[in-house]
Amino acid sequence: MADFRVGSSVAVIVDTVSADYVGPMRLQQHDRAALAGEAGEGPRLAMGLLVAAAEAMGADGLLDISGAHIDSCLYHGQAGLDFASLLAAAGARVAVPTTLNVSSLDLLHPDLYRGSEAVRVAARDQMDAYERMGCKPTWTCAPYQLLDRPSLGEQVAWGESNAIVFANSVLGARTERYGDFLDICCAITGRAPAVGLHTEAGRRASFELAVDVPAEWGDNELLYVAVGHILGQVAGTRVGLITGLDDRATEDRLKALGAAAASSGAVAMFHVSGVTPEAESIEHAIAQVVPVDRDRIASALAALGPSESDLSAVSVGTPHASADELETLAGLCAGQTTAIPFYVNTGRDVLDSVGDAVGLIEAFGATIVTDTCTYITPILSDTPGAVMTNSGKWAYYAPANLGVEVVMGTLADCVESAVTGRTITRGVLS
Amino acid sequence: MKVLVAGSATGPLLRLGEGLSFWGGFDPALGTISDRAHPQFGESLAGKVVAMPHGRGSSSSSSVLAEALRLGTGPSALVLDHPDSILVIGALVAQMLYDVSCPVVVGEIAGSDGEIVTVEG
Repeated sequence: MADFRVGSSVAVIVDTVSADYVGPMRLQQHDRAALAGEAGEGPRLAMGLLVAAAEAMGADGLLDISGAHIDSCLYHGQAGLDFASLLAAAGARVAVPTTLNVSSLDLLHPDLYRGSEAVRVAARDQMDAYERMGCKPTWTCAPYQLLDRPSLGEQVAWGESNAIVFANSVLGARTERYGDFLDICCAITGRAPAVGLHTEAGRRASFELAVDVPAEWGDNELLYVAVGHILGQVAGTRVGLITGLDDRATEDRLKALGAAAASSGAVAMFHVSGVTPEAESIEHAIAQVVPVDRDRIASALAALGPSESDLSAVSVGTPHASADELETLAGLCAGQTTAIPFYVNTGRDVLDSVGDAVGLIEAFGATIVTDTCTYITPILSDTPGAVMTNSGKWAYYAPANLGVEVVMGTLADCVESAVTGRTITRGVLS
Repeated sequence: MKVLVAGSATGPLLRLGEGLSFWGGFDPALGTISDRAHPQFGESLAGKVVAMPHGRGSSSSSSVLAEALRLGTGPSALVLDHPDSILVIGALVAQMLYDVSCPVVVGEIAGSDGEIVTVEG
């Protein structure tokens, strides 16, 4: 044990692994040096946790990473703040370019926050601690929408389930499913466990999800949400190969698919035959074929958004809306006015990159939310009825997080419903 | 049995029929399952030896598990079918910061729900 006093509730730091590690993993000399504290107290703590976690994951050793995305910056209680404060006070700095996920606060629109002052202060302290460690204040759950994103084969350590599945599946970058705490340990050490999705063998699909639906359904954004929701239910933690989709599965649609799959299951990677970069280059080992027909798609959508209550709000942009999605929304809502609260979540960098679209969306009466998301922090005004969304992820988590009922609709349904104040679900596949 | 986080714990056994995402599916203030879609919605995990097939979804589950262990509302041990680094790191950080033990193991555990069992990891 090392006596290292920080903050209010942390008294004594219990070491996770000893400096003279004798476990089963082969560690490099510089890993051992970090473990022994030669790079300072911050890297020592980070390397200790990384080694313990890597061993639990069955890794033989560690590998170099070229970037990280940190989910740990979102406040969930004192433990996360204590951890961040401890590392920052111990002088930890990230060793690779590192982006930050959403937090509990919208720093660009601080008036939107309706939570307690105590939580606001704690959440801000936690955000500051990660900035002090050298992370970039990107505050987005969609770091793959930033200009600088990892490319095919690049080893990274990403947190945030939707970002993890996108990085692996759509970009072909290699990351395991990094939980809070471990993501920043990788960033500080510049190392990650050499295991699982970091290796070719870990990226093979073991089952096929065979989608067989009417051809025109491929033009409907909710098809991808439903396929993702079903994928998560079927996959557990397995990698799956989706067949029956085509190049209408754009990045934004794959984003929606992955986010839904990483909500209903622990999906960290999928392949789409003919679409994603490793679908054909990897030798899969398919042991099961799961058929998905139109009835299954329709019932998945009905299960995600079953509410028949009156509509009280709309929330879109989970994961954070891309520039294309903001442009599409602007086109749909131009010249109209929403009759109910309408929230659009997006990243601050994406918001900066779009021009007239922002003005059109604001003229419509929508509230633009950055740096956070409407399902993780108190932003929504009172919602006596249902909230409509086009996001499978939002639909999955909002009922438990916010206590709201959800109804699914396409982006066009969301706009039309908001203008009329009535639930309109023309686009929902059935 | 493979030990992911060492320690020993005794408590009533609770088997979860489905994986649980601690974030968005568990309330650390109360220690109960808050995912309405989970078959054991409302069940308390506090002090229990929780056997579950795997974690699920959110990478924030590490933070929520650590917070629950800090508050004393978390499980006394986790028995998984497959290794899950998100749960491992949550348990390790709680140990590091607060000296709270929550062994995490992979393997089969005998016994029925409510039976007092001991995990030696």
